[in-house]
Amino acid sequence: MSINQSGWRPTSPEANTGGVPASVTGNKALMLEEALIFEIGDAKTTGVDFGEGDVAHDMLGALTRKAPIGLPGLSEPETVRHYTRLSRQNYGIDLGFFPLGSCTMKHNPRLNEKMARLPGFADVHPLQPVDTVQGALEVIHQLAHWLVTLTGMTSVAMSPKAGAHGELCGVLAIRAALEAKGEGARKIILVPESAHGTNPATAAFAGYSVEDIPATAEGRVDTEALKARLGPDVAGVMITNPNTCGLFERDMREISDAVHAAGGYVYCDGANFNAIVGRVRPGDLGIDAMHINLHKTFSTPHGGGGPGSGPVVFSAALTPFAPLPFVEEQGDQFVLVEEETAGEHHAGSFGRMVAFHGQMGMFTRALTYILSHGADGLRQVSEDAVLNANYILRSLDDTLDAPFGPSGPCMHEALFSDSGLAAGFSTIDIAKGLIDEGFHPMTMYFPLVVHGAMLVEPTETESKAALDQFIAALRSVAERAKAGDPSLKTAPHFAPRARLDETLAARKPVLVWKEPAPLAEAAE
Amino acid sequence: MRYLPLTQPDRAAMLAVIGAATIDELFVDVPEAARLDGPVRDLPMHASEMAVERHMSALAKKNLTAGEAPFFLGCGAYKHHVPASVDHLIQRGEFLTAYTPYQPEIAQGTLQMLFEFQTQVARLLGTDVANASMYDGSTACWEAIVMARRITKRGKAILSAGLHPHYVSVSQTMAKFTGDVLDTTDPRLVPEMDLDRLIAKINDDTSCVVVQYPDILGRIGDLRPLADACHAKKALLIAVVTEPVALGAIASPGEMDADIVVGEGQSLGVGLQFGGPYVGLFGCKDKYVRQMPGRLCGETVDADGRRGFVLTLSTREQHIRREKATSNICTNSGLCALAFSIHMTLLGEAGLRRLAGVNHAGAVHAARRLAEIPGVELLNTHFFNEFTLKLPVEARPVVRTLADRGILAGVSLGRLYPGKDALANGLVVAVTETTTAEDVETFATALSTVLGEILA
Repeated sequence: MSINQSGWRPTSPEANTGGVPASVTGNKALMLEEALIFEIGDAKTTGVDFGEGDVAHDMLGALTRKAPIGLPGLSEPETVRHYTRLSRQNYGIDLGFFPLGSCTMKHNPRLNEKMARLPGFADVHPLQPVDTVQGALEVIHQLAHWLVTLTGMTSVAMSPKAGAHGELCGVLAIRAALEAKGEGARKIILVPESAHGTNPATAAFAGYSVEDIPATAEGRVDTEALKARLGPDVAGVMITNPNTCGLFERDMREISDAVHAAGGYVYCDGANFNAIVGRVRPGDLGIDAMHINLHKTFSTPHGGGGPGSGPVVFSAALTPFAPLPFVEEQGDQFVLVEEETAGEHHAGSFGRMVAFHGQMGMFTRALTYILSHGADGLRQVSEDAVLNANYILRSLDDTLDAPFGPSGPCMHEALFSDSGLAAGFSTIDIAKGLIDEGFHPMTMYFPLVVHGAMLVEPTETESKAALDQFIAALRSVAERAKAGDPSLKTAPHFAPRARLDETLAARKPVLVWKEPAPLAEAAE
Repeated sequence: MRYLPLTQPDRAAMLAVIGAATIDELFVDVPEAARLDGPVRDLPMHASEMAVERHMSALAKKNLTAGEAPFFLGCGAYKHHVPASVDHLIQRGEFLTAYTPYQPEIAQGTLQMLFEFQTQVARLLGTDVANASMYDGSTACWEAIVMARRITKRGKAILSAGLHPHYVSVSQTMAKFTGDVLDTTDPRLVPEMDLDRLIAKINDDTSCVVVQYPDILGRIGDLRPLADACHAKKALLIAVVTEPVALGAIASPGEMDADIVVGEGQSLGVGLQFGGPYVGLFGCKDKYVRQMPGRLCGETVDADGRRGFVLTLSTREQHIRREKATSNICTNSGLCALAFSIHMTLLGEAGLRRLAGVNHAGAVHAARRLAEIPGVELLNTHFFNEFTLKLPVEARPVVRTLADRGILAGVSLGRLYPGKDALANGLVVAVTETTTAEDVETFATALSTVLGEILA
């Protein structure tokens, strides 16, 4: 558990190649190398001042800490520099275009950040008396109202912490509804091939068996196959619309009606709601539950992997089974409906999914974004997202194979495959080649229904000039892959790292930093 | 519509390339009956930055913030001072607006940070390894119970009465669907954790025992006998830490041989935020790493032999294993993990220990001062920065009345355990480095007055 006591430690000088002098620090001007905090910090340094207050240990009992924890500290300037240097090894939407299908990386307005940091939202405790947090509850209530309005549904559960958590929420409500009707014996959830990988995992986590439904040659759910599989053992379907091939499921209403007639419920993965917001209400398609990834449709930042937020909208049929807690307006007060106050009206609720009330910090951002856009702006959002995607699809379908190009317009994302590349070249080579062109790669090898899939989602916040630049870059990289350019196999060349050995990482997992063995020991 | 860069001429030129006359032609696959013919009714039209700011600020002003009042609430969410540089650094666009690091060559910043975070968390919790964060403490707690089921192939979990009731509630919700059996004990207003009662329940069907440390009433107990009892029956000990600052002052659960330690990391870097987003901490022993849910970052080398980091062991995850995945989680709390990690780096060993010491000193002072009030009794013999008072009357209306006087006075057990009359007089009080001696005096004076009025 010892940590570095000696302060700064240089990284190894790089090899002297091609007449370029070696660098003692490992850095090359602004191409920075950064050591780990465990290599540059030490146990005695701290960047926080606590003033002259007392320190006491008198009522801790026998468990008072004796052993060191092993945490290095840095001074404030060293800390700022460490994380600033790390940040410069990252690509973000603020730096350039992220054509990531199904992941929707759009501009993150800074007004949203500013509003979420207002002390009235950021500095309130989840267990304060409810009449001291009326504004916070009103934010939840307003956002809930807009989500219900935009989707044409009956109610919304705000507490799920992320999209996949929302999926779980929706499936649990379906199960609670079936059990309330004495139909708990239904044990199958049907999931089309084009579904997100979380969908089957979610169904299994909620205690269901999963059966796949194939896609048609044109990239949509095989409606006849789905209808044929319905029966008294099927609890419901989980369907993504617009789907992960980038297409709208034309038969959605027919599918919903068939599932309902067979006694099941329809879950819609709403990850792609940004393609239809303001133009189509999922409630009009017969959907019973759908989660909304607030970061995708309403621009809360992705943050390198989270936090997300996944409110779930419900039809009238599932509303009584929605989870606690939720916010209600009663007279001129907003109240928090929890276990004790749920009453008979919500007696069917399947319970609580998280400790508190959900991702308040994401709610303020999403509400800010919705108010900034308004009804007219949100409609323009989906129109521009769809326009941009079709522009990319039609600008590149002469160079790259677009397997569902003939199926009609795509929605907000364009799907290509790696067919036609030189032998030995695949999607990953195009992706890494795009990095050298200064772009984040598109989504690779997803959806699984297409070999070597490349899913491109431009979003509505890209200009025509940005799209044209991307189209030129992707065309160039694709042509190199078709010609078998060997330099593409070793791309990226202009990134902080060359291709990383993921096999080694999985075979010999090194998940925490350990003090290197002393030289004498290592030599043995 | 300041976020939309396309102009009308752009749109026309693009439609021409596509070969469509109007935008409506691109929505041809949407059935007519489901198309909206105009803007959604009931929503206002777009608004200027200034107008939106005015609207949101008006809502924010309707809340009484922790910084405006003498503040004593805890129970799973704590008010700590977050150094200014933490929020500055997480707002750098390269962190804030980055994607999940699936393209490691251009995501080393996030990945190295996650590797450092995993190491800090493992050392703090006393576990061999830790993951790259979960949604929050309550969901991490449930995921740990599911993980124990996978490891032991048993489905009966024993939950301590000292576990946060919301965490219990989340676990009960999930257990209804997965078929797990949860055995819970009734909370009691006694000075010590209920470790002996838990040990007595362990048998050959037990997958795990879940215990909070310090527990919901602020009590601290030695987990070693409980760990031994679990291991004697091949069950796992899961420890839940809702106040990680405590581990700067007391031994970690991992040091006492807990198999899985989960926690809520909100205290460091994240802030109260009315309950979310928070950051779940999750660590375990090495031998269970392949059963651990969530993302993991691992060290490797690149094609030039340089050290680098990648997401790894993804064969456990939903996008590879679909319905056989270890969990359905597809996100972490990356940015909150970054805030936690920066705050921890600023503190370091010395700073965390001092922070913990200051917290404890403040809590000891407050506990003694409040227990001087006639009729008020301190429950705990040992505590860190949170303790339980027994009032001579129900605590919930007292908290309500104190809020009217501008004091946010702790969490009443009536709020946490509605309907449990035996607990109704309990008040859980938290003190941190942000609490001043004047705050304590104001609270004590007001509490004394309010109790006097009620009892008169």
